[in-house]
Amino acid sequence: MQAATPSRRQPALSAYAMFVFAFIYLPVVVLIAYSFNRDGVGGFPPRHFTLHWYGQLFGDSAIWDAVLNSLLVAAGSVALALTLGLLAALALDRASFPGKALFRRLVLLPLILPGIITGLSLLMFAVFVNAPLNLLTVFFGHGTALISVATTELFAGLQKLDRAQEEASLDLGATPWQTFWRITLPNLKLSLIAAGLLIFTLSMDEIAVTFFLIGRDNTLPMEIWGRLRQGMTPEINAISTLIFVVSVALISIWYRLRTRTLRDVS
Amino acid sequence: MYSRAYKSLVSLPPLLWVGIFLLLPYALMFVHSFWMVRDGFIVHHWNLDNYAALFTKPVYLQVLLRTMRIAASVTLCSLLLGYPLAYYLSFHAGTRKELLYQLVIVPLWVSYLVRGYAWKTILGSTGVLNGFLQYAHITHAPVGFLLYSPFAVVLMLTHIYTPFVFLPIYAALETIPRPLLEASQDLGATPGKTFRRIILPLSMPGLLAGATFAFVLSLGDFLAPLLVGGASGTMIANVVQSLFGAAYDWPLGAAVSVCILMLTLALLFFTETFEKRWSFK
Repeated sequence: MQAATPSRRQPALSAYAMFVFAFIYLPVVVLIAYSFNRDGVGGFPPRHFTLHWYGQLFGDSAIWDAVLNSLLVAAGSVALALTLGLLAALALDRASFPGKALFRRLVLLPLILPGIITGLSLLMFAVFVNAPLNLLTVFFGHGTALISVATTELFAGLQKLDRAQEEASLDLGATPWQTFWRITLPNLKLSLIAAGLLIFTLSMDEIAVTFFLIGRDNTLPMEIWGRLRQGMTPEINAISTLIFVVSVALISIWYRLRTRTLRDVS
Repeated sequence: MYSRAYKSLVSLPPLLWVGIFLLLPYALMFVHSFWMVRDGFIVHHWNLDNYAALFTKPVYLQVLLRTMRIAASVTLCSLLLGYPLAYYLSFHAGTRKELLYQLVIVPLWVSYLVRGYAWKTILGSTGVLNGFLQYAHITHAPVGFLLYSPFAVVLMLTHIYTPFVFLPIYAALETIPRPLLEASQDLGATPGKTFRRIILPLSMPGLLAGATFAFVLSLGDFLAPLLVGGASGTMIANVVQSLFGAAYDWPLGAAVSVCILMLTLALLFFTETFEKRWSFK
């Protein structure tokens, strides 16, 4: 395929590219290596392999409570953001209403603006309506902010959809409701799963917005954040390693789905 | 083909939700910036004192300038790392292209906190880098200036945003028609000239998008300074955070936030128009 010109060997460029890859991956490799180090986080080289920190991690109930909280918030956010994002994508694709251009931009704001601004605005809103800060406010915050991701992903999916199928369904006497459930939604399945995975991953990791909306119960990133103030222990390396492994797994699934959606179209 | 009922059914819920839970909160932020604190309470006394304070007290301008310097450094470093990487992948990676592309994508979605923490363990005075330097007999005492400095913030943010910068540049490079390069070469241009006259201009929209990404995202970051920045690495968003926290001056904090927001939107608007002009050339 590479018939084009500049494919001559360029050792300097290749070396530089390898250097950039090393820069991107080195911190993660270090992090994982030291999660197995008996003598703790610092020092060089890491010696004395141990699984002690993982053992300590599995017995640490505060961490697992936080994991559960994060899972709850993420699951809720996926449901909320997907529902409203799907409706928003349908509205942008098919309806016209006053302020449509403004709405399109407004939905995307949480994706573009610094998390601190969205987080503080939502905090002010919570104070305004007298809502106590707890996991529910975090869920509302994540769900609302991530409508942006759902809308972009699903709008892209809708654009590639074959309208003829829906027209046929309506012509053959199906109600719009039936058409939606039997034609539109099944055709969007891959986009929905991909968007859901992405929202889930982003919510599990979210910290800038969560920072201002959290009550007494911590999400996982906030629990880790709190511990970092007391100092670094390899237990944090261990949980970070697990987070890394799980995110890589979820992202590879997301990536596969994405390429499959693209391939289906072309 | 869609009925009125269908259209209202799909547009009303997201409109209402976004109006109440997004537009209203942002509006509250805006409104707060014109209020004030008296005796520890926020009073709805409309005034412009908050904005006046921003421009008259030098500390805010100082931190804002430092923030822009850090954001500019992050942007530059990310471009210097991201552009050659994208160029290599697009033109020289051959059959390994797809694999390498995925290798860049993966860290993009791996926890911000995990990556920030990793840098903390590397740069600290008892950290991995210092351990390595002493092990290799390059230094004999721990080097203290690595962590808790603007340098650490730039390093951490560059690490996070390099893949972000890579993506749009790579996408732009991939759309360059390859025959153009052959033509340029056949007509006697050196590889350097081909790059300057063809590849660089055609990848400009991607480069701009990536640069804006890195700059805007670093501009509003408050976690990196808290994690690795120390006192000398404080950024504008940290000022906002402390005004909303310990200092309890929400109106002033809101005014700073509105400034960050305006700056962000202005930048995005600017690059959007600039990008359009480039892509029409």
